[in-house]
Amino acid sequence: MSETVLLDVRDLRVHFPVYAGVFQRRVAEVKAVDGVSFTLSRGETLGLVGESGCGKTTVGRALVNVLRYVSPDVFISGSAHFYDAGGSSVDLLSLSTKKMMPYRKRIAMIFQDPYSSLNSRLSVREIVREPLDLHFRQMSRRERDERVEWLLDKVGLQPEYAERYPHEFSGGQRQRIGIARALATNPDLIICDEPVSALDVSVQAQVINLMEDLRQEFGIAYLFIAHDLSVVYHISHRIAVMYLGNIVEIGTRDEVYFTPKHPYTRALISAIPVSDPRKRGKQRIVLDGDIPTPINKPSGCSFRTRCPIARAECARLTPTLEPHSPTHFVACPFVDQEFAIINEEENGLFQ
Amino acid sequence: MERQPLLQVRNLRTHFNIEGRWAPAVDGVSFDVYPGEVFGIVGESGSGKSVTALSIMKLIPDPPGRIVGGQILFKGIDLTALDYADMYRIRGKEIAMVFQEPMTSLNPVFTIGMQIAEVLQAHEGLSQEDALYRAAELLTQVGIPDAERRLNDYPHQFSGGMRQRVMIAIALACNPSILIADEPTTALDVTIQAQILELMVELKSKRADAAIILITHNLAVVAEMCHRVMVMYGGKVQEIADVYELFGNPLHPYTKGLLQSIPRPELPEYRGKRLVAIPGNVPSIMNLPRGCKFCTRCSQAIERCFTDEPPLVEITTEHFVRCHLVQTELSSPRILDGQPLAQTV
Repeated sequence: MSETVLLDVRDLRVHFPVYAGVFQRRVAEVKAVDGVSFTLSRGETLGLVGESGCGKTTVGRALVNVLRYVSPDVFISGSAHFYDAGGSSVDLLSLSTKKMMPYRKRIAMIFQDPYSSLNSRLSVREIVREPLDLHFRQMSRRERDERVEWLLDKVGLQPEYAERYPHEFSGGQRQRIGIARALATNPDLIICDEPVSALDVSVQAQVINLMEDLRQEFGIAYLFIAHDLSVVYHISHRIAVMYLGNIVEIGTRDEVYFTPKHPYTRALISAIPVSDPRKRGKQRIVLDGDIPTPINKPSGCSFRTRCPIARAECARLTPTLEPHSPTHFVACPFVDQEFAIINEEENGLFQ
Repeated sequence: MERQPLLQVRNLRTHFNIEGRWAPAVDGVSFDVYPGEVFGIVGESGSGKSVTALSIMKLIPDPPGRIVGGQILFKGIDLTALDYADMYRIRGKEIAMVFQEPMTSLNPVFTIGMQIAEVLQAHEGLSQEDALYRAAELLTQVGIPDAERRLNDYPHQFSGGMRQRVMIAIALACNPSILIADEPTTALDVTIQAQILELMVELKSKRADAAIILITHNLAVVAEMCHRVMVMYGGKVQEIADVYELFGNPLHPYTKGLLQSIPRPELPEYRGKRLVAIPGNVPSIMNLPRGCKFCTRCSQAIERCFTDEPPLVEITTEHFVRCHLVQTELSSPRILDGQPLAQTV
């Protein structure tokens, strides 16, 4: 993995207005993303995990600058600097639709639902060629068609499938088509939003292996958004954990998975069922209640309403990410002090 | 055998008519469920696990589906032979079900209280007042705070996890002998899944003679919850074993493949290694191979696998596998499919 920075996101905030009443007055804001910062190096995979509603998908969408089409009066602040090979950078969030265009070929996306993310009226050839038609107009039609066949081969589909339509394929094969489309313009970064969670277990492994092969061959960086921590651990170099619009912990995959510090990360990891009946009955940190809505976030630390080590101060203090190692950052000032207590309760869960 | 099964399914065949052709969604499924156990059914989409559950409940939509053969013996009664009125007395009372989608399985225009009370009024003959009182108790039991007030709430006022708790409350209202849970946590977040699984274990421990049939595609949930497990593929049972045996000594190539294809960071020997994927795709039930249903994706398939379907044979005690390559160690192995049960009532 090269250490050159590809993407540098600083203090990203995305707030959606909420309207209500007869006159559709603006009554509140959904703070979907509320101050997220991270960097991503070339060829690196950063896993972004969290439960539904934590803002992980919104982060991905904000980076490709599409939120204003979803909600025209969305409020976005912060910066997302995208570096090219020469080291110069541009803030993606500041770009107009037209200026964003050249970056769309360098940042691709893969979506969760392989059924709705492919246009059912287009053949596989047309789907995979569409980005080439847009961004590689200098290529002849024939060159583009040849590239489509090359891409299909790369993702493990027979080139003969090019003339078929999406409904003729299974979920795993459709996800391969989506990957071929993302790969078409030779991007530096692919934002993958839950790319394997809709797939069957036996097929999920195929797609994970394929994505890993492609990363190694083409040096693509992935922002891998998912809720399944075991899958994220497998594919990522680093992992960021989100809760209610904030990153609460970020570190290398081993730091986050094996020595989690933030009480939310600890609960999240202890909640994962283990595929071994002999390890049954491990002590769990079972969180009470549900995730609060991002419309009415708790004051101070937004996790305090479910946190097993919450104190009175947590309502006032808004925690920031503090370093615990050069690569490991945690947004909770009390983890070290309360560490011993939790550990005792868990009966050495995280040995 | 000393234990008397609570539910015996023999050679269950449920077929669906798709564009004039009959597709075998479930084709000769046989298994027993014993009192007090959590019985897991694992399989991928299209393997027939949900259709098996719906067949037991007799909730297969007809048309297009139909139970075309086999027996489902529950406490000695063959459910397949029951008419609608008799089945009505069993469904919800003796055998209850929790569905995957907590969003769509509650009626949006009735209050939560009414929906729990409905079951009690229908099966226990309680008055509405008594039923609502009992409903509040049930809600408290499944961990919903402030239950009495929440009886008047509508489903949309509940989160996904809370709705699944309500579904469990409805299912448990009449103290059923069998609870069928079809992917009960698949739509939920991990921390909420942990809550629901814990709740199911807790409620189970209160009634020693009841059984849970847990249907899931998540092998880790099976490892956590089940006593015995049945692996399905292509509408057939491929392997049945005790959970320790299945995870420690899987015999069917499909079971082995499934276990290898999940990322398991907690094991040092798996960490950072490439996943071992099963090649190919799950075949459609319209287009199943003739011999073993797994032969098209099996790395060890021999010629015979493509022509003859292997029987489900007992390999070691209580470990049944459907595979030509596995040789039995028993002198008198049982073959689970093929033998109809004598009706005891």
